[in-house]
Amino acid sequence: MLEIEDLTVSIEGNRLLTDINLRIEDGETRMLFGENGSGKTSLLMAIMGLGDYQVESGRIRFKGEDITGLTPDERARRGIGIMFQRPPTIRGLKVKDMLEIIQRNGKDAEELAAQVNFTEFLERDINAGFSGGEIKRAELLQLMAQDPDLVLLDEPESGVDLVNLDVVGNAIGRLLQRDVHRGRSKSGLIITHSGYILDYVEADKGCVLVNETIWCTGNPHEIMKGIREHGYEECLTCQRELK
Amino acid sequence: MPERAEVRKKAEAARQKPGKFGPDIELSEYTLEAPAYEPRPLAEIDLVDRERLLSAGVDVSGEGRSGSFIQVDKSVIHASPTQEGIEVTSTRAALETYDWLEEYLWQVVSVDADKYTASAELNFQDGYFIRALPGARTVFPVQACLYLKEADISQNVHNIIIAEEGSELHIITGCATDSPELRGLHVGISEFYVKKNAKISFSMIHNWAPKISVRPRSGIRVEEGGVFLNNFICLHPVETLQLFPAAFLVGEGATARFNSVMMAPEGSHMDVGSKAVLSAPGTRCEMIARSITTGGEVINRGLLIGEVAGVKAHLECRGMILKGGGRIYAIPELDGKVEGVDMSHEAAVGKIARDEVEYLMARGLSEDEAVATIVRGFMNVDIEGLPPVLAEQIEQAIELSQQSLL
Ligand SMILES: Nc1ncnc2c1ncn2[C@@H]1O[C@H](COP(=O)(O)OP(=O)(O)OP(=O)(O)O)[C@@H](O)[C@H]1O
Ligand SMILES: [Mg+2]
Repeated sequence: MLEIEDLTVSIEGNRLLTDINLRIEDGETRMLFGENGSGKTSLLMAIMGLGDYQVESGRIRFKGEDITGLTPDERARRGIGIMFQRPPTIRGLKVKDMLEIIQRNGKDAEELAAQVNFTEFLERDINAGFSGGEIKRAELLQLMAQDPDLVLLDEPESGVDLVNLDVVGNAIGRLLQRDVHRGRSKSGLIITHSGYILDYVEADKGCVLVNETIWCTGNPHEIMKGIREHGYEECLTCQRELK
Repeated sequence: MPERAEVRKKAEAARQKPGKFGPDIELSEYTLEAPAYEPRPLAEIDLVDRERLLSAGVDVSGEGRSGSFIQVDKSVIHASPTQEGIEVTSTRAALETYDWLEEYLWQVVSVDADKYTASAELNFQDGYFIRALPGARTVFPVQACLYLKEADISQNVHNIIIAEEGSELHIITGCATDSPELRGLHVGISEFYVKKNAKISFSMIHNWAPKISVRPRSGIRVEEGGVFLNNFICLHPVETLQLFPAAFLVGEGATARFNSVMMAPEGSHMDVGSKAVLSAPGTRCEMIARSITTGGEVINRGLLIGEVAGVKAHLECRGMILKGGGRIYAIPELDGKVEGVDMSHEAAVGKIARDEVEYLMARGLSEDEAVATIVRGFMNVDIEGLPPVLAEQIEQAIELSQQSLL
């Protein structure tokens, strides 16, 4: 699904990511860990082609095609969808209208909204005054309408209350077809600190972003345990660096 | 009651008085001469370009309207209500019918405010009189159309709008020209009287042309419990447009709301705003302006004057400068004259935010679609009583200016 080769990314001349290598198979969901400011969001943004993130070298391939130079909309139309950590407010654009504009496969706005407890927000301007948890649900709702093949999620559970955690977790599970065991085609890359999302999305693997690059690919539960006990730096000494 | 002669004298004295705002217009460059047209039924109106009128919100078929008024240059060619309790006629005819109407002339607009008000008095060419009798409510909006047809014409109208006690009046006024090449001047005086617990919703849609100059002069008096809603939409080029209606909220709990949506292409100069004087307890006013320039100049004014305690008013003014440049100059003013007024304003001018465009692109919209969506949202002020034609209008304007948006 996604192959990243020796990707080096900088912003305004400052290097954020160096020689990233990452491969996500069809139907695979990957967890991405890493301390604050380590560059996780930047990696997602670079995959989507957003912002002022400059690819210095390396390649991003999606479904076998080199998408490194494509615009975000071209990537979106090829099947990549992203959850923004801090989405902008667009005045006068109602959530409902947004869903209608972006929906694929005839998804119905009302029906989708009901799935994530969001019906009462359909008439609100998108992201206008949304709380942290509401932003997550709004973002997820848009992804459900878009129905991408590769889903990039930026801390989907952060700021979400206990009741909605269930709602959000289950919706992500469906988005990534975690209920399907054979012929699963959707893939995901999920940033998480808490790992709560693992209760809903049994991720295949996890990896850690430290010192501008990806280290230590393995069982996400084990990785989390390692981080909790020894910290992120410990990953640098770990032998399982993916190259 | 001011004597006629005295009014004339004041007007004479103000003949050369420039307007307070907006570029000066030399009135002698325009003609007052135009063919006279006879009144006729709606079905027989072929003097006007129906398409151009439709995009100003006026449907010549009269369908879905509680009455229609159409004036071409100086001639009223149609005026009739289609609902009980609603009066629609020409100002001239109304003055003949009602002796008391004189008392409503030049009460909320001063005849000697500037050369345009003076001209409307000295070169009076009719206008509309629309009135809702006590307790009457329009089922559909009444439409009024002021149309320019003759080359270099100077149209001078005086409109009187009265909502009697407990009544409700919805009006759509559409202004248009016969062709996009026409040169002309429109001077329109409108005096509104919203009586106790009455309501007027007035939507004015301008569909002028690049060589038209426009000087409307409006005043509104709102009594106890009355509501005045004003929507102004101008999405088409105009040489110079300057208006600054003033609402006087004189009765307890009176409310006024002004919405304006404007798009100024290159060569257009729009100086648009509104003023409200809150002089009774519990009065409220809200002004919301959205303007976009794709090369033209927009001046957005707003003035709130709080004269007694317990009034509340807010003014919001947002401008967007799109590719193609142009200028947006926002001048929000608050004047609180006593303790206990609650007035605020909010103004912002900028270009389309890159992160908003990218956000939509990440959802699969092309850059063009993203920009158009943001612009559409920006102009999507929740406007009460506005005909659906506006949505189409905005859509059309966005499409037309698509090149300059990007
Ligand atoms: N536009 C920018 N200009 C300058 N520095 C930036 C910019 N965007 C990100 N950075 C810096 O890049 C680094 C990585 O940021 P990023 O948002 O990718 O971190 P993160 O791993 O997602 O962190 P968190 O867990 O806190 O969300 C940070 O130090 C951040 O300040
Ligand atoms: Mg982040």
